[in-house]
Order: sequence, then C-alpha cells, then structure tokens
Amino acid sequence: MNGVRVAGVGLTHFGSHPERTGRDLFAEAALNARDDAGVPLDDVEQLNVGNFAGSLLEGQGHTAPLLAEAAGLDCPATRYEEACASAGVAVREAVRAVRSGEADVVLAGGMERMTNNDTPETTEALAIAADELFEIRAGVTFPGAYALMATAYAEAFDVDEETLKTDLANVASKNHDNALPNEYAQYQREISVEQALDAPPVAEPLGLFDCCPVTDGASAVVLVSEEYAADHDLSADVAVVGTGQGTDRMALQDREYLARTPAADDAAAMAYDDAGIDAADVDVAEVHDCFTIAEVLAIESLGFYEPGEGLGAARRGETRADGELPVNLSGGLKAKGHPVGATGGSQIAEMTRLLRGDHPNSDEVPDAEVGVTHNAGGTVASAVVHVLEVAE
Amino acid sequence: MSDAGFDEWLHAFVADDGYYLACENGHGHLPPRRVCPDCGSTEFAEESLPETGTVAAVTTVHVPAPSFEADAPYDTVVADFGAVRLTGVVDAEPGTVEIGDAVEPSVGASETTGDDVLVLRPV
Repeated sequence: MNGVRVAGVGLTHFGSHPERTGRDLFAEAALNARDDAGVPLDDVEQLNVGNFAGSLLEGQGHTAPLLAEAAGLDCPATRYEEACASAGVAVREAVRAVRSGEADVVLAGGMERMTNNDTPETTEALAIAADELFEIRAGVTFPGAYALMATAYAEAFDVDEETLKTDLANVASKNHDNALPNEYAQYQREISVEQALDAPPVAEPLGLFDCCPVTDGASAVVLVSEEYAADHDLSADVAVVGTGQGTDRMALQDREYLARTPAADDAAAMAYDDAGIDAADVDVAEVHDCFTIAEVLAIESLGFYEPGEGLGAARRGETRADGELPVNLSGGLKAKGHPVGATGGSQIAEMTRLLRGDHPNSDEVPDAEVGVTHNAGGTVASAVVHVLEVAE
Repeated sequence: MSDAGFDEWLHAFVADDGYYLACENGHGHLPPRRVCPDCGSTEFAEESLPETGTVAAVTTVHVPAPSFEADAPYDTVVADFGAVRLTGVVDAEPGTVEIGDAVEPSVGASETTGDDVLVLRPV
C-alpha cells in the first residue's frame, strides 16, 4: 500500500459571494492547491469533487466534468454526493486511489454555491439530506433535526435547559474566537456567550448563533504518493495515515440513538485502526459543527469524551485554542462557514496548514503531530473521519 | 404523485388503524420496506400501532422550509411507539409539549400547501 502525502491545499474565501459561479469558485481553490503543491496540473490523474445540492441551488448537475474543465484538468472526474460529507468522501476515495497504486496524483475537494438563493429556498434544499417521506413531510428542517437531537441529548444525560443552551453558546463563542485570524473565514468576529444566548430562535433550543451560516466556497487538496513526493522533491510533510467511513439509518426516528452518532463512532474506529492510533494520541481536531450540538456529538464519537460528557468541554476550556485538545481552530463550520459540498476538503486543508505550521492558529498547537478531521452528512447518517500526521 | 406503501400507511391513521411492519424476528419498520435492515428478513406482517406514543425529542421550528411557511412556529416531535418511532407535527400550542408526554397520531393538512401531514396530538 502506497503512503499518501498532502502535497498542497487550496481554498477560496468562505463567505457570501452570490455572484460567483461554482465553477469559478472551484477553479480558484484548485489553482491555489496547485500553486501550494508545486505539482503541474498535467500530472493530476484523477479529480474527486464533492457537491451536494448544485442541482437545486445552481441548476447544475453533472458537476465533475464542468469542474475538471474549470480547473484545467484533463483526467477522469467524478462527483461525490453524501450531503455535507460529500467532500470528505471525495478525499477518502482519493486516498484509496493513491494507496492502491492506481494514481500517484489526485486532486480532491468540493464546491457549493448557496447565497445566490434566498434563505427559504436554501433551507428547503438543505432539508433534502433528511428522509423525504418521514422527516421533510413532517416539517423537519435541518436545524430542526439537530434541535431534536439536542433535546434528546438533554433528556438522555439529565441536562437542564439552561445548561444545555449555555454550554452550546460556549461552543459558538469558541469557534468565533478561533476564526478571528483566519483569512478564509466568513465571520472574523467575536460573539459572546450572552450574544449567542440572546439570538433569535431558529429551532428551539437552537438559536441563530447555534447554526452555521449559508456559505459560498470551494476547497481543494493535492494528494500524492510518497514515491511521487520523493521523486519530485516535494515539500509534503503531512501524511494521510487513516481514513474511515460510517453509515447510519437515514431518519432520526429509525436510529438506535437519538443523542449519539454511531456512524461517526464507526468512522473514527476505522480511521484510528487504519492509522494505528487511539483517541488519546490526537493533538488537534477539526469537526463538523454545522450546529453547536453537532460539535458535542462529534467529540464524543471521536472518543475524546464519554457520551454525555462532551457538552461542557468548550465551557470548561478544554477544547478552546489554549485547551488540552483544541477543536475547530479554523473557526469550524460555525464561524469559518459551511459551503456544504466543500467542507470535508476544507477540513483537510485547514488541518494540513495547522500541522505544517503555516495556519494563523498553528502557534496554538506548536507540537501537534496528529490531527483528526470529522465530516458528517445529514444528521450523521454519513460520517467520514481522517487522521493526518506530521511525517517522520 | 403517489408513494405506494407510504400513502396507505399514512391514510390508515384517518380510520385510527395505524400500523407498522414487523419482520419475522419482531423488528419494527415503516413502509415501504422489503428487507429488514436489522436482520435481513424479507417476511413482514402488519401490526397495529399502540394508540399513543411517548415524546422522545421535541423542537419548536421558527424558521421553516417554504412548504411549512404558514405553519410556523410549530412543534415537531419524534415519539416512541414501541417497535417504531414516528416523527410528526404537533397539534397544540407551540412550546407546550414536552419529552415524556403522550401523543396520538392522526392525519392533518399543512396550512401552507394543504398536503397531508402526520400529526401527533397530546392526549
């Protein structure tokens, strides 16, 4: 099995860019990744691109050849769609392609254009990640689904409403703090716990600041074999050493747990086993905080906390930038933004920058050697976990 | 457009004949369903749902999708009916139903679209 190195990463600014087409966003990210990697586009043997709802949000299907052309690539191209985990799956399949020896250079990433629609249309488009018959027709929105998980969590672990809301507000405030220096982040501004608590409700108990924003953006990473990196004298010091994926029942009502995310448990177990690590080895994590409660469920599934104990981690400071295990130093989906189909690739890009030492928040984790990314689809019916390491 | 299996299941609540599908090993599911994802069984029998279920999770939705625009704010709950859980819109003042409350299923109409909606009413 060939080792996999991250040769380069590229991002667009995450934010409100309603006039920019998806093809333009992805081209920028891909060219940035090319420049960062120092790998010519002619050497790219495969494009794996994540995109969730371009068919609805941009009236554009058959995304892969369009984005290959936009990025100047002439190679087999495939779109991966696994809701908000689309780019995570695209990266995972790129890792597998390089490992198998099928390709030495794969460009993976994703794109979503969202703010060209108004909020109700976007809400409706995002809701298709839920079960159409049993959830959408029962009025379940995406925030609503996570709100259901939040109330089930409070019930399962005997948490009162005030504690639940305050601890979740601490997650939001933490991630906004982390986004402050990140030039790619949608919200480079602080919010206080009080501001988060006072925000208007979206789906109770979740308020506006418990929810990630609607975001336009793209991500790209160039993954190469160790042999290619050595032969071309690349500076590629971060390796992808573990990949895992899990699946759960689509609708919340059909799950064993309403307040846990077993698909992410499975993805983490698979990725850790693949990498030969356990949760205690992880120095830094980027997790899928589409809603504040999602970060809590993520850090429990990743094994950093027992079920029911992750809720207060941000309030206690443990997952803050200066804490024991910083989570979402990029700002997370909450403050960096969540262009749905790009997010899984963005997490790999941000973790690579953090481990290489060229992320504005790298100084918070100067000795970090092992980083984990957690990318989830829907209400975590899909989950993808990757383990990145600073190579010897 | 009709959805075979689902439509019959939903409309059975109109006559208070709500049901679920039990596989030969007793795992409960909702139609349409050909294979039990728990055990692989392909043999199902219709079983009557209990008349009431218990709320397991609740949210009050303030920002709806366009198809529920005129309905908001409204409560959506997941309720436990034993072998299966159901998700539905609550027929009560928003914010008044709590986890542990008993609810009974019926069919209502979206105020926005007029489409049939599974309604769970506190009892």
